[in-house]
Amino acid sequence: MASCKSSKKKTPEETDKYSVLLPTYNERENLPLIVWLLVKYFGESGYNYEIIVIDDGSPDGTLQIAEQLQKIYGEDKIVLRPRAKKLGLGTAYIHGIKHATGNFIIIMDADLSHHPKFIPEFIKKQKEGGYDLVSGTRYRGDGGVYGWDLRRKLISRGANFITQVLLRPGASDLTGSFRLYKKEVLEHLVAHCVSKGYVFQMEMIVRARQLGYTIGEVPISFVDRVYGESKLGGNEIVSFLKGLLTLFATT
Amino acid sequence: MNSVILKSPIFFIMTKLLEWLLVVSLVAVAWGLVTFDLLGLHVSAVYKEVAWPMPVYLLVAFGCYSLAAVGYRVATFNDCEDAARELQSQIQEAKEDLKKKGLKM
Ligand SMILES: Nc1nc2c(ncn2[C@@H]2O[C@H](COP(=O)(O)OP(=O)(O)O)[C@@H](O)[C@H]2O)c(=O)[nH]1
Ligand SMILES: [Mg+2]
Repeated sequence: MASCKSSKKKTPEETDKYSVLLPTYNERENLPLIVWLLVKYFGESGYNYEIIVIDDGSPDGTLQIAEQLQKIYGEDKIVLRPRAKKLGLGTAYIHGIKHATGNFIIIMDADLSHHPKFIPEFIKKQKEGGYDLVSGTRYRGDGGVYGWDLRRKLISRGANFITQVLLRPGASDLTGSFRLYKKEVLEHLVAHCVSKGYVFQMEMIVRARQLGYTIGEVPISFVDRVYGESKLGGNEIVSFLKGLLTLFATT
Repeated sequence: MNSVILKSPIFFIMTKLLEWLLVVSLVAVAWGLVTFDLLGLHVSAVYKEVAWPMPVYLLVAFGCYSLAAVGYRVATFNDCEDAARELQSQIQEAKEDLKKKGLKM
């Protein structure tokens, strides 16, 4: 009886499949590592999955690395959906969703700042509450960051506080982009979201709440990228404020 | 009571900006009614005196709360040293394993 129960617990529902979207631009050093970690944690937890790599013609040869990985891990696990040139993160997700065969979609950065060890926790959380989306959060519980100085922490916490006051979004981490969605929910949200780039992640979760979707949260540790450099950079504070005011006036 | 109002249908179709404007104007009207006795209700002088500087008190209180909250959260923002160490050792492990599997960087 007891053994029957525990084996039942270990076997995930066979019908569920998780498509991980990995947008990459110049991530040749990170991609093999993130894929290795994904394979490790999905292998250990036994969930059905696929990894969709959306490379935007990275000049550093990320795609060639991805092809090698596909040979190592198989075409059913590593799916390549490259695009000819850098068309931006938002459209990379849309492109990836079109090719996803899973009923759940996980969105994460390929730069190792989002650790695949949290994915089984996301899945567990989703199943517990039947949530429409589960968001990683750096701001609650055991969540946190690594490699941030006091100034960056202050800006991050200050911006988060202002966002919470103005938007009351019902989620603690709006700018993080490590999330799990039901596929149809993500498709619906993408169709409703108008913003580009940095604001896109904020808008997705604000709209989700507005459309009445349920949101679960899992604390995550965010470790600043070790290899390569950030592409979104620019003036983050200015684009954050622009995004915040846009959402304030339109949602 | 607040949350009942905030969950009502009218708020669903209103943008956050309009919600704020509505709440701020309601508070402003209530304040005006008491402070200047706009309806001629002969509000007692004690109430008027309390109400008059209220907006400033509220702003100062909110400012203090904000500073305290942000300060506390910055001070208690977790530094994930362990996560960084774990990642480093996993990177080494991954590199060795991938080399064995024939990956050429
Ligand atoms: N396909 C694609 N991926 C991108 C693009 N811009 C950024 N990325 C990827 O999106 C993820 C997050 O980007 P990153 O530069 O780390 O942004 P940051 O974490 O906000 O600094 C990484 O995996 C990048 O490789 C793009 O234009 N196209
Ligand atoms: Mg990054």
